[in-house]
Amino acid sequence: MAPVAPRSGDAIFASVERVNAELFTLTYGAIVRQLLTDLEEVEEVNKQLDQMGYNIGIRLIDEFLAKSNVARCVDFKETAEVIAKVGFKMFLGVTASVSNWDADGTCCSIVLEDNPLVDFVELPDTCQGLYYCNVLSGVIRGALEMVSMKTEVTWVRDMLRGDDAFELQVKLLKQVPEEYPYKDDE
Amino acid sequence: MGREVSESCVDSLLTEMVSSYCDRFYANKPDLAARRIEAIGFQVGLQLSERYTMERPRFSDHLEAIKFICKDFWSELFKKQIDNLKTNHRGTFVLQDNRFRWLARMSVDPSPENGDLSQDNPPAENKAAQATSMHLYFPCGIIRGALSNLGIPCAVTADISNLPACSFVVRIKA
Repeated sequence: MAPVAPRSGDAIFASVERVNAELFTLTYGAIVRQLLTDLEEVEEVNKQLDQMGYNIGIRLIDEFLAKSNVARCVDFKETAEVIAKVGFKMFLGVTASVSNWDADGTCCSIVLEDNPLVDFVELPDTCQGLYYCNVLSGVIRGALEMVSMKTEVTWVRDMLRGDDAFELQVKLLKQVPEEYPYKDDE
Repeated sequence: MGREVSESCVDSLLTEMVSSYCDRFYANKPDLAARRIEAIGFQVGLQLSERYTMERPRFSDHLEAIKFICKDFWSELFKKQIDNLKTNHRGTFVLQDNRFRWLARMSVDPSPENGDLSQDNPPAENKAAQATSMHLYFPCGIIRGALSNLGIPCAVTADISNLPACSFVVRIKA
């Protein structure tokens, strides 16, 4: 069978079932709010949001691969571009950009200027230290782990903390070589 | 049309929220987990209803408010209206969605004894049924939150004995 051409983030987003973003944004906000009440410690909330994101990421990668038809990325640089241009677009409807590469191409920033998670959000002073969007870093980490890349994802800039954009640093820690236990025709 | 996200964003967030509360935070306390999930829904319903009624005149009675939930409110959330509305004219309303979207992708045990979500019932034996009922606390909370924002205190339960239909039973507090 001829290889299928990869699809653009816009094309995928246009074809998937979509819902009102307010529902998503307010639901996420209500979850964060409830976690703050139940877990009390801001640090613990950060941890749990990241864990929830990780669990979502390890499932979402299947849908991403199935719908995007992206071919195997040649290097981590391409992987980062695909996350920013296709991944963010097909799920959240926004595009991110990639910058700040280090010399050996294993660490970069994914920058998000428009983020539907934070519409209507303002953090009170009691939430200092909260990484409100921590679910996103978890999703990226979880999804990449399912395609054999161990990463560390941390926030560098956060608009809810007064920065001019959201910036996630994605650092490739280890690439686990994939093994092929099966031949194609089995 | 306002901003949209892919439906899988909402689906995966809800699935993960329910499993976090049921399997991690309150693993052996399904009652507490249920209450938290309902509370999250309540908050969402409250805020959505506030947004969607900003430019409307006040509802003249309970029925008008319930009709708003069935039509405009449901359409914003699910792109369809509630299919059937029944009332006993004494403060109980049954809102039936013939194909409730948030159940469409779940495998559910259809045995009727597991279908009633009323809080007096013992937790369902069947794990799948219990997971489903946990998921339903969220939309129940949304409806209760939305009506509460309209000044109508009520209790909301879900009945899935007629799958894939789902009925939400609203009991308005006198």
